[in-house]
Amino acid sequence: MNTLFDKIWDSHTVRVLDGGSCVLYIDRQYIHEVTSPQAFAGLRKRGIGVFRPAQVTASPDHNIPTKNQHLPIAEPQSAQQVATLEKNCAENGIRIFPIGSERNGIIHVIGPQTGLTQPGMTIVCGDSHTSTHGALGCIAFGIGTSEVEMALASQCILQSKPKSMRINVEGELKPCVCSKDIILYIISKLGTGGGTGYFVEFAGSAIRSLSMEARMTICNMSIEMGARGGMIAPDSTTFDYLRGREFAPKGEEWEKAVERWSKLRSDDDAVFDKEITFDAADIEPMITYGTNPGMGIAVNGEIPSSEGMDSASKISYAKALGYMNFTEGDKMVGKPVDYVFVGSCTNGRIEDLRTFANFVKGRKKAENITAWIVPGSKEVERMAIEEGLRDILEEAGFELRQPGCSACLAMNEDKIPAGKYCVATSNRNFEGRQGPEARTLLAGPLVAAAAAVTGVITDPRTMM
Amino acid sequence: MRQKFTTLSSTVVPLPIENIDTDQIIPARFLKATTREGFGENLFRDWRYDKDGNPKPSFVMNSPIYKGEILVAGKNFGCGSSREHAAWAIDGAGFRAVVSSFFADIFRNNALNNGLLPVVVSEEMLAEIFKAAEENASMELHIDLPAQTIEIVGTEIKESFEIAPYKKQCLMSGYDDVDFLVSIHSEIESFEKR
Repeated sequence: MNTLFDKIWDSHTVRVLDGGSCVLYIDRQYIHEVTSPQAFAGLRKRGIGVFRPAQVTASPDHNIPTKNQHLPIAEPQSAQQVATLEKNCAENGIRIFPIGSERNGIIHVIGPQTGLTQPGMTIVCGDSHTSTHGALGCIAFGIGTSEVEMALASQCILQSKPKSMRINVEGELKPCVCSKDIILYIISKLGTGGGTGYFVEFAGSAIRSLSMEARMTICNMSIEMGARGGMIAPDSTTFDYLRGREFAPKGEEWEKAVERWSKLRSDDDAVFDKEITFDAADIEPMITYGTNPGMGIAVNGEIPSSEGMDSASKISYAKALGYMNFTEGDKMVGKPVDYVFVGSCTNGRIEDLRTFANFVKGRKKAENITAWIVPGSKEVERMAIEEGLRDILEEAGFELRQPGCSACLAMNEDKIPAGKYCVATSNRNFEGRQGPEARTLLAGPLVAAAAAVTGVITDPRTMM
Repeated sequence: MRQKFTTLSSTVVPLPIENIDTDQIIPARFLKATTREGFGENLFRDWRYDKDGNPKPSFVMNSPIYKGEILVAGKNFGCGSSREHAAWAIDGAGFRAVVSSFFADIFRNNALNNGLLPVVVSEEMLAEIFKAAEENASMELHIDLPAQTIEIVGTEIKESFEIAPYKKQCLMSGYDDVDFLVSIHSEIESFEKR
C-alpha cells in the first residue's frame, strides 16, 4: 500500500533522526555555475573533499551567452562563475560538459537526454526546476547551496519527508492543448502554494498519453505550485526514451534495469495525503496575465475579477495587475506583444521547437516582434539543424540561438526591456524575472508561435 | 560556527504582500558572486531602489520608522527559485527571523541552514501583527525558540510555532548539517554496500 514516492524515498533513507528528519541518500547530483561556488568554498574551508565525485555532473547554463559561444564570455562576473565551476570540477574529478561542447546545455535538459537521469533514482541540484527529472519516475528536487555542500560532502542531505499528493488528469485533451497548458491549468486551480509541503505524482490517462518530453514540462513546473517535486511512474514511453542513451544501462544490464523499473508504481491500494482529479476536456490553451504562475487563464478568456477575495489577496492582486498594466475583465486576445521567448528547461526541447517551427512554417514573424528561439541543449540545437527546423525558422524571419537558460531568468544578455511584454515558454512570470520591469506572459510553444506571427496575443486554434 | 539563536525581542519591518518570490528578494542579476557576503545591500532591490539606485520612499525598508531584526511578510513567502542567496540577503540585511503564515519549502530549509528563523503563525496572528505594526511602529515581537512561542510584547497575543527538533537544536547550538553528515560517513558507506 505504498506510493511510488514512498518506495523510492524509503529505499534511500540511511537514517531517520528524532523528530523525523531523514538522512536521504542521493544517487545523482547535478551542479551549475550559480549555486555551487559557495558550496565548494565551504568544503575547502572545512578541509574536506567531494565524497562521490563520479555521481556528480556539471554543466554551465544559467548565465552563458546564447550567441558567439566560441568567444570568451564578455561579462566578467559570469565569466568568473563559469571559470570557477570548471576549476572546482577539475580539482575534484567531477564530470563537466563545458560551454560549446556537444553535451552542454541546461542541466535539466541534458540529464534525461544523456540517460544520466533514470527511474528509481534520487536526484538533487541547486535549482528548483530539478523537479523536471521526476518525469522519468525518480525523486528529483531543488535544494539550496548549503544542501549542495551537504550532498558534495556526504552524498546525502537532511530532509523531512514531504506529504504525498496525486493529481490525476483523465480523458482526452482537446486539439492544440499541450502539456504546458495542462500544468498552467493545474497551477491556476491550486495556486502557487497549493502543493507546498507535498511531493506530487501525476497520473491519469491524459498524463499517460504524453510523450516523455511533454511529461518533463509537467514535472518541471510542479515547483510553481509550491510542490517539492513531481513525478510520473515509468512505463514503456520512459523505457523507449531511455534505451540506447549514453549513460543508460546496456545489454543484459538494460534488461535487468527495465525489469526493476517496471515495478516502480504506486500500489493500487496506496493512500495519498491528498488526491485531486481533473478532466482533460476542461483544459484550453493557456496564458498567464499576472505576476505568478498561478495567474493563468484560457488564452481566449478574460482577466478574472477580484470580487470575493479577502483584503490581503486584493492588495496583491491589484499590485500584480498594476505591474502588468492590465485591468480586471480585459480580454487577453488582441493584447500587443513585443517579445517572444521560446526555450528554457520547461519548453526548450526538440518537440517544442518542432511545434513552434511547424506553426510558423509558411508564415512570417510579425514586424513588431523580437523573437529569441533558444534550444535547451547543444543536442537540441544539432537536431533542429539536421531536421531542417532552423531553415524553416529562418525562412519565417526567426533566428535559432545557442543553448542556455537565457531569457528565462535573464542572467546573461538576453533581457526583456522595461515595460515590454514577452510571451515566454519558460516557467516564471515574476516581476522583473526577465529583466527589470519586464512583463512576462507564460504560455506553451503553440500560443507563443501564434503571438510571434500575429504580433498580438492570439488563440492558435483560430489559425489552424 | 554561526551565531546561536535562543530568544529575540525586536521591532519589525512589515511587508504585507502575499506570494513574495525569491526573484523579488534577490533578483537573478545579483547572483553572480562566488561568496556568501554582500547580498544584503540588494535585498528587495527592485522594490527598494529605482533604476538609478535611489531609494524609493514608499518601500518599507526605506521608511525612517520601521526598523528591526524581524521581517513580517504575507503568506507563501519565498516561493519560486531555490536560490539560497535569498536567505543570505535577508540575513545580510540584519534580519534574524522572518514571520509569515506560510513559507515555501525550499526557502524555509535555506533559512534554517543559515541561522535565520522562519516562524509560521496563524492567518489571524499575522493580521494582528500587521495591524499592531501599522498602528505603532515601535511595536515589538518576542520570539522564544526553546519554548517555541511568539508574542506581541505587551499584549495577550501569543502563539506557539512548529520547528523540526533537529533543526531547533542546530539553531540553538550553531551546529550545522555538514558536520553531522561527515561524522556519519561510515554509516553512509555501509548503506551504499547494501
